[in-house]
Amino acid sequence: MTPPEDPVEEHWVDPEIIRPYVVTRGRTRPAHGRFDLISMALAVGPLPGPDAGLDPEHLRILQLCREPKSVAEIAAHLNLPAGTIRVLLGDLFDRELVSAQEPQSEVDMRDVRMYRAVLDGLRSL
Amino acid sequence: MVFGRSERPRLPTAIKILIAGGFGAGKTTMVGAVSETRPLRTEEVLTDRGIGVDDISAVEAKRTTTVAMDFGRITLSNDYVLYLFGTPGQERFWFVWDELAEGALGAVILADTRRLADCFPSVDYFERRGTPFVVAVNCFEGAQTFELDEVRMALQLDPSIPIVMCDARKRDSSREVLITLVKHSARLRAEPVGT
Repeated sequence: MTPPEDPVEEHWVDPEIIRPYVVTRGRTRPAHGRFDLISMALAVGPLPGPDAGLDPEHLRILQLCREPKSVAEIAAHLNLPAGTIRVLLGDLFDRELVSAQEPQSEVDMRDVRMYRAVLDGLRSL
Repeated sequence: MVFGRSERPRLPTAIKILIAGGFGAGKTTMVGAVSETRPLRTEEVLTDRGIGVDDISAVEAKRTTTVAMDFGRITLSNDYVLYLFGTPGQERFWFVWDELAEGALGAVILADTRRLADCFPSVDYFERRGTPFVVAVNCFEGAQTFELDEVRMALQLDPSIPIVMCDARKRDSSREVLITLVKHSARLRAEPVGT
């Protein structure tokens, strides 16, 4: 019989902090792509089967991204930090299961058409 | 740039607007009033390496800290999606603001006239950063004891910066604030648009 563990030792880390690292197997940066909070992702092709070697979190992202979703939205729905989602999205991007976007390079803040489109959209809410 | 295996799926362009202001000024209320769903929450886990040296005392024994941001989505069209992010209230999380402010269309600073000083840091921050912003005075019931000119003077706002009254709980009122910001940002950064 093993002696009872020191409760302080046992709880020295918060499981809520550990989970994101388990999900990414310790990785903190995506292999490819630079996703910020509003980078949009969209699933490409049919949902892979259980033999595809994907984790449940990968599959949940693919299900969620049948419609375009941002990193922030995926993070909120999966209840994982945005940094974890960036890593998982990088995996999916590598396997060509999502198309993704880098918004900061996308939006030109001098583009009059963008402002018109945003104003039109807001007015028609 | 859109990348990936296929050019078939079209990704909308994502735009963000920040909703700033002091604690309790109505940031999350405004995000919820005008977004298409109830406010969502995203969290960034940060290690103390990501926090300025001066701020390490604030996290004390904790080696990681979590910064939560409330946000909402407005689908404007097939081509544009707008995200509203409430900025984390505590000053020690300002390093997160830098990431949020990067590439933002602009910011709404919500002012509560009962605690006007609470929005000074936001005004300073966006002025320094050159991010277009408007000030929206959130009219809590029975709290409208200031004129807009008085608020402008108290905040030492440049005359070119729009200042409006709003009710952050109301969709139409919050939408008008966003329209004011988008017009202001367009005046500063692009050709004049619309009326």
